[in-house]
Amino acid sequence: MSDTIPFTIDGVAVEGRPGQTILQAADDAGIYIPRLCAHKELHPFGSCRVCTVKVNGRPQSACTMPCAKGMVVENNTPELLEHRRGLVEMLFVEGNHYCMFCEKSGNCELQALAYRLGIMAPRYPFQFPDRNVDASHPDVLIDRNRCILCARCVRASHDLDGKNVFQFVGRGSKKRIWINAEAKLKDTNLDVTDKAVEICPVGAILKKRQGYAVPVGQRLYDHQPIGSDIEAKRAAAAQA
Amino acid sequence: MSELEQGIRQICATFHNDKSRMMDIVQAVQARFGCVSSVALDLIAKAVGTARVEVESTVSFYTFLTDQPKGKIVIRLCSDVIDEMFGMGPVARAFEDALGIKVGQTTPDGAITLEWTACIGMCDQAPAAIINDTVVTYLSTDKAREIVAELRKSGDPRKLVHRLGDGHNAHPLVRSMVHNSIRRKGPVVFADLPPGSALRKALAMSPVEVIRDVKTSRLRGRGGAGFPAGMKWEFTRQSEGERKIVICNADEGEPGTFKDRVILTEYADLLFEGMAIAGYAIGAKEGILYLRGEYAYMRPLLDHILQVRRDAGLLGREVCGKRGFDFDIRIQLGAGAYVCGEETSLISSCEGLRGDPKNRPPFPAQKGYLGCPTSVNNVETYCCVARILDRGPGWFAEIGSKGSPGTKLFSVSGDCASPGVYEYPFGVKLIELLRDVGAEDAAAVQVGGPSGHLVGPADYNRSLEYDDLATGGSIVIFNKDRNVVHVVRKYLEFFVEESCGYCTPCRVGNVLLLQKIEDILHGRGTPADLAYLEQLAKTVKVTSRCGLGQTSPNPVLSLLKSFRPVLEALVKPQADEFLPTFDIRAALGSTEDLIGRKSVVFTP
Repeated sequence: MSDTIPFTIDGVAVEGRPGQTILQAADDAGIYIPRLCAHKELHPFGSCRVCTVKVNGRPQSACTMPCAKGMVVENNTPELLEHRRGLVEMLFVEGNHYCMFCEKSGNCELQALAYRLGIMAPRYPFQFPDRNVDASHPDVLIDRNRCILCARCVRASHDLDGKNVFQFVGRGSKKRIWINAEAKLKDTNLDVTDKAVEICPVGAILKKRQGYAVPVGQRLYDHQPIGSDIEAKRAAAAQA
Repeated sequence: MSELEQGIRQICATFHNDKSRMMDIVQAVQARFGCVSSVALDLIAKAVGTARVEVESTVSFYTFLTDQPKGKIVIRLCSDVIDEMFGMGPVARAFEDALGIKVGQTTPDGAITLEWTACIGMCDQAPAAIINDTVVTYLSTDKAREIVAELRKSGDPRKLVHRLGDGHNAHPLVRSMVHNSIRRKGPVVFADLPPGSALRKALAMSPVEVIRDVKTSRLRGRGGAGFPAGMKWEFTRQSEGERKIVICNADEGEPGTFKDRVILTEYADLLFEGMAIAGYAIGAKEGILYLRGEYAYMRPLLDHILQVRRDAGLLGREVCGKRGFDFDIRIQLGAGAYVCGEETSLISSCEGLRGDPKNRPPFPAQKGYLGCPTSVNNVETYCCVARILDRGPGWFAEIGSKGSPGTKLFSVSGDCASPGVYEYPFGVKLIELLRDVGAEDAAAVQVGGPSGHLVGPADYNRSLEYDDLATGGSIVIFNKDRNVVHVVRKYLEFFVEESCGYCTPCRVGNVLLLQKIEDILHGRGTPADLAYLEQLAKTVKVTSRCGLGQTSPNPVLSLLKSFRPVLEALVKPQADEFLPTFDIRAALGSTEDLIGRKSVVFTP
């Protein structure tokens, strides 16, 4: 037991391993902390802020914060849930998200998280930004309308695919996902089998000719809210 | 090989084809070829061995860098609220008329570009602008027309400088019309110190003893956060890693702040002395002065002072003859990005990247510049260090208040008789300062810049120190004729412009705050909007990743706290069932045109 790090999340005792973040330790313990930019196979990035928790009373992103002995983590509190709803609503109004005809609908993490958090409609005004679509690549398209700037594709292309297809340009509200070419995705070395393509949490990077392949009712989040797989671990452990 | 290719190869080679020197490379390319064009992006990427999009990412981040050709002369008008108060509006129109273009455009002959830029650190001599690297101050509509005429004639912005400023502003290497406006000298920063005297005293001690002295003095960081400097140094010294770095944050970008401008102009020796002492204490050989791009006009002087110090043995190998202590300083020029004043963004920028903040932990003291333990301190902090080592920690700790030892420089601007830089012992009452600067009738005071707090007369008896009204030094004064809601709008515009866009709350939330404040200013606000603002401001504050987003809602929160009646007077209960932001007549317009008649229901 000497190499575990005991701490609590909402009063539940959790054992983290050295080097683990709060989010990773929570996942192992079957406690779901909502997140969008974090992904198991990628280095933490900390941009969406949806996983914001309070550590000993101070706000921290659970995906970047290493666990430490005795820390008191608040996760599922009314205050934090309200902030998370606010953040998810911001992402909805910032882009142009058309769930009703998006190919990713039902498999989209943003949409699923909105449902889980009980969001009916954003309280903030839609920004209706002018963003472009790049369908020049034979097998993959980018629809920047739906991009939430999570950098999953940036990290996956660099760290997992050994390429450098994606990066951000611009700053502030003008920040955009961009590609390693003058203008067109077809001029990059992106391949349809790249991790960077499938790792997109929303419908911003899509494989062509595969839309709506899974019927409604069989999609990822049709029956269980996002995070249920993680919470199932704790339920199973409690039964055992 | 084209001239461009040859030039870029040469520039990259000057910086050892090292991609971490990307800021220097792209600035040199732009200086020589007018912009970092699409072809240039490819050539630079090839020369330093990185992807084109990485270069593009850096270039696209900084306001002063561009991938599109601009005029040979770029006029950057300061968009700060102070400049606006002192007549920038008409000045900007005079520039537009004289040039025949709008702000944001380039003259058809490609000679002159006119732009807005965020606070350039000249609020005490507003309205002001930077023309290439030349600062022009106290602008008027007449001056604007004269400037355009002179630029058209000579094409040389340096010819615009007629009467030189005081002190080193008149130095042959500076030749600037900027004035120091030092209004009140104190014993710590604005005092004389023979170069080398503090450093020699430090070198006579062990590094650990130097850190102990800084800790004993209880010196806290002057940038605003107030972290104990000695502790920061101790952490950095104790962190693993042979190579350690000392960085000075001279990216003074908080609107209304200009005290570092004066230190850099007149007291650079004191600053470099403090940095060398830090290098010795921490065990660093390398120092970096991160100078904001707006202060590029001072660079030749600062380079010169560094060289004089090298020649005098105060920098370089075996500093002051001390065996085993080598230390030198290089200047890293920024390129227009307020967020780079945040220490981890500043490090990103020094590494040649976008000025995105880094995740913490690890803290810079553990893993900073290129992964090395790094101590980042404010210009004023290093000046204090030199004085502490010269006069002793006890002497320093006696000055100021209990929790905030020493003095503080205040940059005072706005509606007052004597704007300028004032050095006071910490703990001075705001009312005392207002009296001294000739602003007893102030209706509102922004303490600590936009990221600080907007206070009204009820708070004037509070004292300026870390434990009460904390500030990095900016004091902006507004009289009763100013509209505080408009001031807040201007500050939010600033944050929207300067957010790096990395995290959701700061990137989106500040835009939403600005939109709501604009609705209220335009009479489209409802009482429910106050709760909306409060909740939104809290979400941005609590969930943002770095200090920018954690403080950018402060103007709104200050307004709600100290000026609530002003807001309440602006919002109106709804007269009908529609939201005030929704204009039913405008919404029906296109349909009515189409069917050729007015709506029966909604026509009054």
